[in-house]
Order: sequence, then structure tokens, then C-alpha cells
Amino acid sequence: MRYAVGIDLGSTTTKAVVLGEDARPLGRGITNSRSNYEVACAVALAEALIDTRFSLVSRELEASGLPAAARAELLLELERQFRAEQYRSQLRELDRVVTRHSRRLLTRPASLSVVLERILARMAEEVDSLYAPGARRKSDFFRDLAGSRYLALAEDEARSSGVGFDLLAGLFDKAILEVENSAAASGRFEDHGRAAVDRMEKPDPLLQAAVDRAAATELCQIGSVGTGYGRQKLPFPEAQIRSEILCHGLGAHALFPGTRTVLDIGGQDTKAIQVDQHGIVTSFQMNDRCAAGCGRYLGYIADEMSLGLHELGPLASCSTRPVRINSTCTVFAGAELRERLSLGEKREDILAGLHRAIILRAMSLLARSGGVRDQFTFTGGVAKNNAAVSALKSLLRENYGELQVNISEDSIYTGALGASLFALRDAEGRAA
Amino acid sequence: MSRPDAAVAAASEASKDSSQVRQKEMIARHFDRLAKSKETGEKSAYTFVPGNLSELLLSFDVLPVLPEINALQSAMRGRSAEYISVAEKLGHSEDVCTYVKSDIGMLKSGNVGPTGQRLPDPDLLLLSYTGCFTFMKWFELLQQEYSAPVSMLHVPYQADGKITDAMRTYVVDQLKRKVIPTLEQVTGRAYDEDRLKECLALSAKAEDDLVAVLKSARNRPSPIDSYFGAVYYVGPIFSSFRGTQEAVDYYKALREEIDERVAKKQGPVTPEGEMGAERFRIVVEGPPNWTSFRQFWKMFSDEGAVCVASTYAKVGGMYDLGFRHDPSRPLESLAEYCLGCYTNLSLPTRIDLIVKYLQEYEADGFLINSVKSCNSFSAGQLHILREVEARSGRPGGFIESDLVDPRYFSAANIKNRLESYFQMLQQKSPSSVGLAAAR
Amino acid sequence: MSAPGLAELLERAEALYLDYRLGAVKEWKQRTGGLAIGYMPIYAPRELLHAQGVLPVGLMGGRDDLEIIKGDAYYQSYICHIPRSTIELGLNGSLDALDGMLFPAICDVIRNLSGIWQMQFPDKLSHYLDLPQDFDPEMGGKFYRQDLEHLSELLVQRGARPLTAEALAHSIELYNAERREVQALYELRRLQPWKVPTHELYLVLRAALVLPVEESTAMFRQYHEAVAADQARKPVDQARVVLTGSFCEQPPLGLIKTLERAGCSIVDDDFVQVHRFIRSDIPASDDPLGALVNAFLTDGMASPTRYVDRGRKGDELVQRTKACGAEGLLFCAPSFCDPALLDQPMLVRAVEAEGVPWTAFKYSENSGQFQVIREQAGTFADSIKLWSNA
Repeated sequence: MRYAVGIDLGSTTTKAVVLGEDARPLGRGITNSRSNYEVACAVALAEALIDTRFSLVSRELEASGLPAAARAELLLELERQFRAEQYRSQLRELDRVVTRHSRRLLTRPASLSVVLERILARMAEEVDSLYAPGARRKSDFFRDLAGSRYLALAEDEARSSGVGFDLLAGLFDKAILEVENSAAASGRFEDHGRAAVDRMEKPDPLLQAAVDRAAATELCQIGSVGTGYGRQKLPFPEAQIRSEILCHGLGAHALFPGTRTVLDIGGQDTKAIQVDQHGIVTSFQMNDRCAAGCGRYLGYIADEMSLGLHELGPLASCSTRPVRINSTCTVFAGAELRERLSLGEKREDILAGLHRAIILRAMSLLARSGGVRDQFTFTGGVAKNNAAVSALKSLLRENYGELQVNISEDSIYTGALGASLFALRDAEGRAA
Repeated sequence: MSRPDAAVAAASEASKDSSQVRQKEMIARHFDRLAKSKETGEKSAYTFVPGNLSELLLSFDVLPVLPEINALQSAMRGRSAEYISVAEKLGHSEDVCTYVKSDIGMLKSGNVGPTGQRLPDPDLLLLSYTGCFTFMKWFELLQQEYSAPVSMLHVPYQADGKITDAMRTYVVDQLKRKVIPTLEQVTGRAYDEDRLKECLALSAKAEDDLVAVLKSARNRPSPIDSYFGAVYYVGPIFSSFRGTQEAVDYYKALREEIDERVAKKQGPVTPEGEMGAERFRIVVEGPPNWTSFRQFWKMFSDEGAVCVASTYAKVGGMYDLGFRHDPSRPLESLAEYCLGCYTNLSLPTRIDLIVKYLQEYEADGFLINSVKSCNSFSAGQLHILREVEARSGRPGGFIESDLVDPRYFSAANIKNRLESYFQMLQQKSPSSVGLAAAR
Repeated sequence: MSAPGLAELLERAEALYLDYRLGAVKEWKQRTGGLAIGYMPIYAPRELLHAQGVLPVGLMGGRDDLEIIKGDAYYQSYICHIPRSTIELGLNGSLDALDGMLFPAICDVIRNLSGIWQMQFPDKLSHYLDLPQDFDPEMGGKFYRQDLEHLSELLVQRGARPLTAEALAHSIELYNAERREVQALYELRRLQPWKVPTHELYLVLRAALVLPVEESTAMFRQYHEAVAADQARKPVDQARVVLTGSFCEQPPLGLIKTLERAGCSIVDDDFVQVHRFIRSDIPASDDPLGALVNAFLTDGMASPTRYVDRGRKGDELVQRTKACGAEGLLFCAPSFCDPALLDQPMLVRAVEAEGVPWTAFKYSENSGQFQVIREQAGTFADSIKLWSNA
């Protein structure tokens, strides 16, 4: 089967979207962007290809006439088992690498190897519960999942065994880099897919057959396009690189064909893009040198308040009297916050003000780019934040009247989706 | 962060056409005269490019020193960062014009000019205040450093898009009653109007040829780059050579050189050599960045983008719109020259001009380089962007940098925007020359 | 207890200051049917407008409570704040009561704003007041006079009454009276700063911008009488400082209060300079327009927006500082204000030569937090007192 792929190398995450020849998305993959962009691209692509094979499984099941509900259930179960398998495989790699690093230490506590063994054994035991049906995980990244468990267990061990916590944490930090950069550790669909089916008590024969067929399908890349802020560093020839502006415009058009204005608030930049009815960019503006008002700003605020990034929006939504904040300067964010708190302002009211301030910056960028036209599509990490979304919606209404605001669950893939469409077009252009 | 290929390019010798070599020699001679002026007894005046009174100075045999040119030269030689930091240590704010700070820093560091020779202290500070308030502050600061007499020429602003009799009279009155008497006093010589007229006649000749060179960009491909390349072409006429036979000869030769390029259907010469196929024709508003001038230009030329017209090439006079120095009305024509410089035009006039350039030069779009230093240029550029887009229907791009402060040139950021912009142009008009030439 | 009427007066001043929508101007227009023309800092020939039956309305930008939604789309982050709030107010309809705007030639930002204004509000009068930088009556004076005559003509075209010498002479008298009141208040504050807290004076100065001169003069007088009579206001031991640099974009009220709380008693400042830009009475004359022009040429303040040669600005600042017995100087300029910031090193040099202690900080009209400034000003005030007590 032939596919085109788009890769969006962002400042925080790298995304890949795999597209079939019919221009329908087949698979998506995401991973942390790291210092090694090549690896980030490879991992994102590998993930997207795994996801593609899931799509193939789904299509097989559909073709076999299974009702939608039953199909969804089977797929969910397959994915759960698959991810658990993948996690186990990465855990084994982590074990191997941590052990190797610990042996290299010049001076090491006598009990170190026993302690490490205990920690990793506990983590292996926990896999079933971590991936139990209905269990909630804080992240999809191995680094985050394994990291939080390892460090928690290490803390306990440090208290009871006398092996220093810093030593244990340092070993993890070293090892995780290698593990997450190892495509082998995250494994192939063929291996984990079959193992996942085997783990099921009574695997459905239809599923079994579908997995076998999906695993056996040959995937053949016919085109690729890279984009994103790190695109200069992408392992692609120059002709296969497109600016993230164009990719975002086309991606948003693909998600919502009625899109005329796109706002993307990412980690380090904000983009306001105007597109025509074909998704072609007609004008755009990006934030100036200063990163004030970007997603990163919310990150600082979350750190300052010792909250998770995802907790900011819900807390801000509880506000009854938002505080007016005029500065979205990242450098002063901490000081401003502390001063407000010391004045007795409520956390939720300050947060509501901060969200509004960020959206105000975006509003001026939108105005610079030519205003807002119906339909309006909001993408990027901040589009997941409900407080930001509601501030945006009310400002849009006040300034541009009623219009349709589109936010996709998959908005983080917008740039990669646009890139994949360019890749497919390029491939078709070459074929023609 | 510079990429390895950029580093290699920077180290290599820049390609130059013969007019550039000639110009370099002219400039060298000028700075030589300045350096020796204390021995030869020649007088010098510090003055500014927009609204400069070159012919009048020349008629008194006074040599001009142009602080903004020194500042941009300092930047091209990689010295401005150090000079700016000297000025900031003396209490100058990080918020203000970096030309001023670079100049003050250079002065405090021995006042060594672009050719490595020391510049003389001025015999006259001739504050030609045209199109920029900062000039006035700059001279207030320079007055603290030098005891030379100051002559202040206030040039009113063309707020309503035209030169009125009152404006012209105001400037002429100041020339007659302040500037000329001060020059007489400094040089000990009487005002010689015949000599001034001769200089003005020479100016007009050179101006004719300059205009022909600028208009050559209407050809496809354009034989010149009217932004980066024009910096060299306007050099002599903007700086110390207007009104000289040297300038007349230079522009005659330059025009011939360009005519030949047109005949051969050649594109512009860039520092990296002959440019490849012309893919995009761009009008540019705003001054260039000087600290990374060559890298900045390369970001255009690598994409096949040629600047076919620029407003920056008009800060020293709007010759392409028909203005000529006129020996039959010497002081009036100097006044009109001062009043007519680009930065002295109202915002609506600037918008009209850019729209006109887009049409006249058949440009694909326009780019604004917004420099932090210069409010005269920058305040209102976002309004210009939207208005020109709306009126011309051609896409505008917006980038931000600075004149001579390297801290405000983020190469990755600017390249990102320029690439996005050029790709947008290409995508918008797949039938354009651009794409056809690229395939 | 405070003097009778003072609280009400301040309440009214604050209401006028806070009213973006210029209710007082609308009311005046309804009452008189006259034109109202706005002007930007720092100086406008209000006498001429008044003589033609026009209400001059001073616009000093926004405050910290104005949310900028459209204004930021016009200006890059490295440009000061006042043009964006002014545009915001224009676009959100707050300035609808005005029939036009004057943009005095004070800097490139305000200059270019005049062009944006011409295009955004084509139906309104928009005039760039090209104040001369040559102060010879035969050159700059002649040019300025022609500009004023032109302005007067433009006003007539909009329905104002023609300018007459009698009316102008009368208006000059009225503004002379207002100037005297303002100067008297500054004098009272110099002698007894505890009687005239600057955050109050500032409110009254700002409120006066939207009132006809007859009313503003009365308000200054009432305020003066009330505070002079207020026995509850007792001397406090604070550092006497001159504040300079805030002549265009105005600081938020919170900044002034912060400085006072930090122990600084402001005894001279640059706030709302239009009320004091002409330093003394404009003399009566058979040619009142000539007198108005001449006052600008010869009696205007040595503002950073004005060409003053040979470092005389520094001398003037030193003189001002000494004249009001100040112990220190605060350079308090808006961020990205070219005239103020370019002057600063020159002024610092002059005051340092005289041994005057100084400190510097920047603000913007919408600054919301003053923690750093509070600490800086507090330390400065403490050090001055320690030094003067030693």
C-alpha cells in the first residue's frame, strides 16, 4: 500500500501524519521533540505507521461486516494490549540501559543493583494495572509514564535503602534518552500486534486475521514533506520542506473546508493565517521576536503555581471576577503573579485574566493579518485549554460578530496533515 | 545562528561590479581628504543624508561627514555592537535609535571612520532636520562633544501630501538667514551663488542617470536589485558626491553598465555572484539591516527574489518622481529637495507610492522590514501593510529587525518568515514567472 | 476632616478623568452647538480654538484599564503605548464627540499617527500642527503663524466662527488666568507639598483637559482654596523630588501613588504639560495672534520635543530642581519614548555635575505592577533622607 507522510517538527513535539493515496489520513504519530531531530522524526513516523496498521485492522473488520460497536470494542482492546506490550518492551530496554549505566559508575553503593532490580521489577509488575481496562494515564509518552513511576519508587527506595535519590534519578535521566531514541525499543506492529492478540483470553478470530493481514501489508512511501519550526534541520531534501504557515493553512482547510481564518497558538509562536477556499494562504502574521502570549507563557505560569499545564484552564474557568493583566511578558510572569497573589487576588481570577491577556495578543495578530472571517479554526496546544477557548470565543463575538469556531480534537496534527497533503500532491505531480 | 554555508560565504570575497569598485575608490579619497583636513586646512561639517545640502557645502568647499553612514558602515564592519554597548554604558537607553548609539560609541572610541582613518572634529554641525525627530536629538547630543557652531535647518513635514509656499519660504529663509551666514563665518568666504548653480547643474545630470538605473528594474529580468543593490547605487548621490563631476562620471558609467546588463538580459549581481533565475519581484519598504546585510540579501537571492523598487532608496531624494536640483532656482530647489525626501512624506503618500511601485514594476508582492530603531519609518507600517494589500491586491510580508544592533537580527526567525512568504507567493500564483522558471 | 467640597471636587475630577467617552464634551456640545477638537500632547494653541468657539479637548492616551484590542494591530511591540490606546479609543467610538484632532509635532510616532488618523477618520478634521523648531519670529514665527491661520480657516470650514482679534485677546486672557491658577497650585505644592498630593493634582490636571477654560480655571481655584484651608493636612517628612520625562504618554495614577507611598514628595513634574507649557502670561497686544505665536517661540518650556542648543536643557533642569528645593530627581519616562530617553544622558550629565541625586525607571500608561519601582523609589527616598540628615 502506498502512502505519503507529513512531518511537523515543533518546538515541543514532533508529529507525523500518514495519508493514503485517496488523501484520507491513515495514521498519526507524536513524540517529544528532542535534540536529535532525526530520531524524533523517525519515532513519530514509526508511531504513525503503527497507527496506520491499526487503521488497516479497522478497515478489515469493517469489511468483514462486524457492527460498529463491536468493532470499536475490539479495536480498543487491541490498542490497550498493544500499548501494554510496547510499554513492556520499552521497560526491558530501560532495565538493560540503567543496569549498564550503573555498572559504569566508579563508586557505587553496594546495594545499588539490588535497589534498581527492585524498582524495575515493581514497574514491570505494575504494567497490567497501568493498562487495565478503563485505567487513566497522564501521558502517552514512555518518558512521562515510566519517569513518574521510576522516580516515585526511587524516592521510596532512597528513604529505606540509603541509596541516594539523586544517583537513582541521574541514572534514569541518562537511560531514558537512549530508550526513547531507540526505535527498536518501541517495537514493530508485527511483534506487539500479534503478542497483544495472544494476550487476549479468547481472541476474536476476525481480529486475529485482521491483525495478521495488517501486519503483512507492505507500506510503501511515495512522498514526504517536512515542516515546523525545526524544518531547517529536518532530514529531508530542501524541495520536500514547506513552511509551517502553508501547512497549517492547508491542514486547517482539510479538517474544516469552510475555514477562512486560522489561529494557531503553539509553544513558542502564534500564527494568524488567512486562507482562500482552496486552503491556499493569502496572508499571515506571526508574533514578534518576543514569545509573550504563547503556550510557553502558560507553562511558566503553571510551574509558578505548581500546577500541571492541563489544570490551568479548568481552574481559570472557575473565576467569577477576572483580574485585568496587561503584560504577557514571560520574563515578568512570575513576579506579576506573586504580586497579585500577595495582594490577595484569587488564583482562578488571576488565571482567567492571564488567559484573556494571551487571547488579546492573538486578537491583535489576527487583526494584523487581515481580521477574522467565517469560518474560524483554532489550532495548537492552547486550543485544548477551555479557558483560552472561551476567552477567544467571547472576544471574537464582540469584535467580529457571530461566526463558526472550529476546534478539532486532532488540532495538534494540523501542520503535519497539511504537510502530508503537500507530499501527496508532490508525488502525484511527479507521477503526472 | 549561522549555518556553515553562510559562514563560508561570509569569509569569501564578495562579488563586485566595476561601478562598485569605482565607488570604493571615491569613498576612499573622500575619507583621505577628511583625515588630512587638519593639515590641509579643509573644513568639515557633520550633517545628515535626508535633506543634505551637499551642493551648498561644496560651494563653500566644506567636506561633509555623515554620521548615519558612519553608523551603518560600523555595522557592516562588525563594530556597531561594541559601539552601542559603549553608548549604553554612558546611559543611553536600550529603547532608542541604534544609529545614534553606534555613532556616540564610535566617537567615544576614537572616532575612527569606515576606512580606518580618524575623522576630524567638525568645524560646523549642520543639523538638517528632515523627516526624523531623532536627528534633532542626535545633534543636541553632539553639541555636548564639540564646540563647533551649529546651524539648524528645520524642514517642515508634508503632512497633507504637498509642499506649500509657506514651507518652501520657511526653508529658504532659514538657508538665507542662518545656514549661509554660518557657512560664511566658518569658512571666511562669501556665498557664491554661481558656484552653487554649477554644482546644482552637475547634480541634475547625475540624478538623470540614477533615475535611469532605478527604472531599469522595470525590465524582466530586472538587471538590478533596487533595495540591497541600490544601497550602492544611491551611495554617491546620497552622501558626499552630489554636485561633483565625479558623481556625474560615476552615474554615467553605472548607467552604461546597467544598460549592458539589460541588453544581455542579465539579472542583478549579488555578493554571491550572478543571481539565478528571477522568480519573485518584490517591492520593499523600510531600511535594510546592516549587521547581517549580506546574509539578509542572500535570503532573498537564494529564493530568486529580486527587489524591483524600494522606499529606502528614496530617503536621499525622490528623483524617480521627477524632482531635480535646479540651478535656475538654487535655494528654492534645495528647499524642495529637503521637503521631498521619503521620510518626510505623510503616511497616505507613502502608501500611494508603494502601490504605484507595485504596479509600475509589476511586482508580485511587497515586504516591510520594520526596524526597531526608526520610528519615522516604523510607526504606522502595520497600517501601511493592510492598506497596500487592500489597494493593490498583492500580498505583503512583515519582518522585524534593526539597523545596526545585531541583537535584533534573528536570522532563523527572519528566514522562516521570508521562506513562508515566498512559498505563499509561489502557491498563490502557480502560473507566475516564478514557478515557471523554477521548474 | 477635609475641607468642605474637596471630596466632591476630587470625585468629579476623577469621574472626568475616567470617562473615556467624553461625556462632559458631549454635554458641552449639546449646550453650545460648538465644535470640539482633540489634541495630543504636549502643546496646542487652545486660545485660538477657544476664540473661534471651539472646545479644545486634551487627549493623553488611555489608562491601565483600557483593554487594547485593535490598537495593537497598528503598532509593533517596540513602539510606545500612547498611539495604540489613542487608536483604540478612536475605533471603539469613544472619541465620536470630537470633530477633529490636532497632532502637534513632537515626535515621529505622533507625526505618523496623524497620517493614520487622516485615513481612518476621513470625515473628521485631522491637522498636523507643525510646531516650528526655529524660534526666530521672522522665520519659525512666520511659518507658525501661517499654519495657525490655515488651521483657523479649516475650523471655519467646519462651522466654527471666524477668528477675530478681540475674541482671541479675550481667550488669551482666560487662558492666562488658567495658567496663573495652575502655577499657583504648583507653587503651593512647592512650599507645602503635603497640602497638594500629586495624585490629586494630577487628577485635576487631567480632568481640566475636557472642560472649557472657564470651568477648568474655576476648578483649579476651588481645589487650591480647599487644600490651602485644609488643616487636616499636616507636614510629612518625605524626600522632595522633581519628576521628569512624563510629558507625553502619562503614567497610570497607581504609579504616582506608588511613588508617594514610597516616600517621595513630588515638588515639580512634567505631567499634562499643556497647562504650563507657556510659562508666563501672554501679554496683551494689538496683534494677539502674533502674541500667541511669540509666546510659543520665546516662552515655551525646554521640553525634550523642542530643539534647545548647547545643553541648555540640562541647565534648565538643574535650575528647576534648585528652584523648588528638591533633593533628588526621578527620570520617569515612558518605554520607547525617543525624546525623553535620548535627552536623558544629557540631563543626567548636567544634574550629576551639580551633585543632585537621581534615579531612573520607565513605565507605560498601562503598567499594572509597580513592585520594582516601589522598591527603587523607596530606596532612593531613604538614601536621600539619610544623606540630608547626615
